[in-house]
Amino acid sequence: MIWKEDVECADRAVLQVLQSDHLKKLIPYIYHNCPVYKQKLEDAGVSPDSVQSIDDIKRLPFTTKEDMRDHYPYGLFSAPQDQINEIHVSSGTTGNPTLVGYTRDDLALWGDVMARTLCCAGAEPDDTIQIAYGYGLFTGGLGFHYGALEMGLRIIPTSSGQTARQLKIMQDFKPRIIGCTPSYALYMAEEAKEMGIDPREGNWRIGIFGAEPWSDSIRHEIEDAWNMLATDVYGLSEIIGPGVAQECQHKDGLHIFSDVFFPEIIDPETGEEVAPGEDGELVITTLTKQGIPLIRYRTRDIVSISCEKCRCGRTSPRISKIKGRTDDMIVVRGINVFPSQIEHVLVGIEGTQPHYQIVVDRQAHKLDQVEVLVEVEERFFSDEIKHLNELRDTIRKEIQAVLSVGVKVTLVEPKTIERSMGKSKRIVDKRTL
Amino acid sequence: MKITQISVFLENRKGRLYEVCSLLGDNDINIRALTVAETESFGVLRIVVDKSDAAVTLLRDSGFVANFTDVVAIEVGDRPGGLASVLKIFAANDVNIEYMYGFVEKHSDKALLVFRFEDADFAQQVLAKHSISVVTRKEIEGL
Repeated sequence: MIWKEDVECADRAVLQVLQSDHLKKLIPYIYHNCPVYKQKLEDAGVSPDSVQSIDDIKRLPFTTKEDMRDHYPYGLFSAPQDQINEIHVSSGTTGNPTLVGYTRDDLALWGDVMARTLCCAGAEPDDTIQIAYGYGLFTGGLGFHYGALEMGLRIIPTSSGQTARQLKIMQDFKPRIIGCTPSYALYMAEEAKEMGIDPREGNWRIGIFGAEPWSDSIRHEIEDAWNMLATDVYGLSEIIGPGVAQECQHKDGLHIFSDVFFPEIIDPETGEEVAPGEDGELVITTLTKQGIPLIRYRTRDIVSISCEKCRCGRTSPRISKIKGRTDDMIVVRGINVFPSQIEHVLVGIEGTQPHYQIVVDRQAHKLDQVEVLVEVEERFFSDEIKHLNELRDTIRKEIQAVLSVGVKVTLVEPKTIERSMGKSKRIVDKRTL
Repeated sequence: MKITQISVFLENRKGRLYEVCSLLGDNDINIRALTVAETESFGVLRIVVDKSDAAVTLLRDSGFVANFTDVVAIEVGDRPGGLASVLKIFAANDVNIEYMYGFVEKHSDKALLVFRFEDADFAQQVLAKHSISVVTRKEIEGL
């Protein structure tokens, strides 16, 4: 089924009228309620009344992750705090996390777009869903929960982790849908086999996987291991969380809910729009959000877009799977990791920053492993093993505290980390995504 | 009297110890005592050589992390209970040993051991009080 057929299958012209109406209301709302945006709009020479159609969006200034960090915590909010019902945070590039807040209407919007997401993947109202995305500050678990609630599915909110219990619940309740990260799906399948459970046995129909990049080869592996259709979901907490775009059963691009999240694909260097089918940075404007609406938010995800009508009947544009990033962010077990966060920790411990490298690896059917190599320098070298081990453990604990991801820290000899053009190569990603 | 130990950080990689030793050998630096403390991913090489300053400069120039550590070289009787008699004095006087190892060659008819104390100055006072003979820097250089 299609949850909101009137907008998801609307003619392009109808959709543009809707988008224009939303934008015409959004800009004055932000201008009058958010001093930071007021300034940004004035700097860009945009008067709020001059925005009359969705085509005017090109005149609006971009919003970046740095804007969110610089105005932490409440600077980019347009709604007063007493109207904020829920907040979520994700890791920021350095220091401050990224904070997002939802009004009651925003939560209703989240439920709506997640219900659309679930339907787009193929969910039916009498389905049972096991939500194995983390519940908490991470938007994955609760986003799926609100959508499933809106749709009236039977929800098993297992959250992530505790694999043996997840498998027991699967056997007992035989859900037809699962939501989790793709690497966790593979990990659970492997654990199941080790426990003598055949993951293919059950009522599986659909998996909705996201929060980290994954390829078609992983898709085939998951579909084979679980005997289910593996679909891709896209979202980011700055926009709403999961529920920005979702693959339908044809698995031919992710339908972006463009009546509320207006997409543009730009050349990240020039900021100019690129043609459909060409790779560029995905930029999203939240047309109807109230708490923390964002204008032309630079996602830093590289995708291409197709505006052709899909075989499923939806007219909403489709974005490709994420093809890369414009920055050096990597996603590990659903968590965003920036090298700058690790730099920050090392500077904090040692006063200056030693050379380091992050190595991300994934053994077959295992979760991602992160190893941080740190070059030993004379100023913190000791002849005593216990001091070196203490140093290594301190670095490990502090990085883990910042990233919320378990890491291994290895001390290495100086000049052993590869340097390109005088700068160290900060990330080595050995995973087959 | 304290002598100088050189400590070198080594990754657990094939041939790494050989590289340090051949570097010193090629430059006519003689290793008097040596031990390696290892963990699963790295080790610390501890050596006493005849030309400490030259050795550290050489190692650093070759990209190694190396520094000086004060240690004490002690002669103990080369007979059953020889080491125990010295350790007994340390224990009775609250002298903490971080680690210790033996010399490659003998200085006299006694065994020569390197001690890294938690507090080298305090250890030396105790040694002097109990008339335990320590080896001087000059003697190491001349070995």
